[in-house]
Amino acid sequence: MIQFTNVSKRYPGGHDALSNVSFHMEKGAMAFLTGHSGAGKSTLLKLIALIDRTTRGQLFLDGENVTRISNRRIPYIRRKIGFIFQDHHLLFDRTVFDNVALPLVIAGYPHQEIGKRVRAALDKLGLLNKERVYPITLSGGEAQRVGIARAVVNRPMLLLADEPTGNLDPELSREIMKLFGLFNDVGVSVLVASHDIALIEQLDYPVLQLAHGKLVNEAAEYA
Amino acid sequence: MKRNRRQSQHNWRERTRRALSPTIYLRRHAQVALDSLGRLYRNRVAAIMTTAVIGIALALPSGLYLLLENLGRLSDAWDGQTSLSVFLDDAVSEESADKLARQLSGWTEIGDVELITPAQALDEFGKQSGLGSALAALDENPLPTVLVVTPTNGHLDPAAASALQKKLAALPETALAQLDLEWVQRLSAMLDIARRGILVIGALLALAVLLVIGNTIRLEIQNRREEIIVTKLIGATNGFVRRPFLYSGIWYGVLGAAIAWLLVEAGFWLLSGPVARLAGLYHSDFSLQTLPAPLLGTLLASGLLLGLLGSWLAVGRHLRAIEPR
Repeated sequence: MIQFTNVSKRYPGGHDALSNVSFHMEKGAMAFLTGHSGAGKSTLLKLIALIDRTTRGQLFLDGENVTRISNRRIPYIRRKIGFIFQDHHLLFDRTVFDNVALPLVIAGYPHQEIGKRVRAALDKLGLLNKERVYPITLSGGEAQRVGIARAVVNRPMLLLADEPTGNLDPELSREIMKLFGLFNDVGVSVLVASHDIALIEQLDYPVLQLAHGKLVNEAAEYA
Repeated sequence: MKRNRRQSQHNWRERTRRALSPTIYLRRHAQVALDSLGRLYRNRVAAIMTTAVIGIALALPSGLYLLLENLGRLSDAWDGQTSLSVFLDDAVSEESADKLARQLSGWTEIGDVELITPAQALDEFGKQSGLGSALAALDENPLPTVLVVTPTNGHLDPAAASALQKKLAALPETALAQLDLEWVQRLSAMLDIARRGILVIGALLALAVLLVIGNTIRLEIQNRREEIIVTKLIGATNGFVRRPFLYSGIWYGVLGAAIAWLLVEAGFWLLSGPVARLAGLYHSDFSLQTLPAPLLGTLLASGLLLGLLGSWLAVGRHLRAIEPR
């Protein structure tokens, strides 16, 4: 699903965020990405989401080389990826339903289909009663679950999460991670960046560990 | 390897194509147009102020243009019947005047000759001026015999008409040959200058509308920065992000044009009373003509185009700069 071949990322100013990173994550796999802050976790996710471009090396998504893909095609690649942010990035001027419906509206689904899929996603995350509510009234855990509903509503092939439990208490964090496991069980590839080592160790998934822009645990290279 | 890559690109395009049938595409546009209108309604105070500015800017040239059209209509009504008045010498008898009239109507450049005898002229003058009884007190008729000469269609232009005037003035019976409506020609020349002036004012105000809409859309883009970033991250194309702003621009332009229309109508309604009274004093049934349908169409269409263009400029300049980081 994701393949990095000798990928380096140098930001303007000479800071090397990633250097010579290689790994391959199979389709349908789930893995954690850890490391101290500044180790390059966010950069790695941004490269996958095509927010940033690699400086050196090759990046393949679903077998396609996206290293030098044209800007015009980026949106279509992103539609196959569900992105979950630490601060959920919900739009506050519209209801939970409209927030979750956004990826489907963008992809041009017909009206009825949107209603069906959004309700299914909200149901799966236990948010059906919040459909008409505005995000400002939600608790942190609820907002994060709405963010997840938005990420999965388009049935992406790959879920990327950047510190999804950063603002949540341990109980809620465990629940969120369990949700990712459930999506992985139905065939979605999942990559979660987190520094919550205690929680990750409780779960039985491969771990990619970054330090100073380099992958340190060789064993996990082929997760 | 190469072929594989192409195939997978093809698949991905297929996925996005399939969802976008033409009806969905059109419905999506309608949806975005309505959403943009709804957004204007939710910010109606600001929206009303912006559209009012646009309306006033568009009303000025349209109102002036319409005023000129009306003046032009007034002069056209006379222009068509350019004629020459030939005042005959007092010594010329009625019979020889009649003979001269018949002789003149034989000229190739003359279409029609009307003989007005002093008696007829006095009668008509008495009726029109309301001085009938005073005129009756006159010992003798002071008015001359007049031949009203209308040139044929080929000799209506100023040069031919004045050549004819010289020819008529040279006749021994003529006391004075006068080209009647010289002032109409001067008026229409002045109207031409005014029209050019309105074109310049119109162009400047159109530029102002363009800038107002562009700036409004720029502010809106800045206010919705977060939303733009999120939708781009979720896979929105530039077209998708651009669309609501373009529709906002179109609404501003069209609503501004509608306000301009109302302003022009109201202005002309205010003028119509005094104009009718003035026309009455001239025994004319002239009345101000308000915006005709084609002109209204032009006004709305230019509002739409200015809105689209203004927002397009703003969107092109500012949207590209907003990318997820």
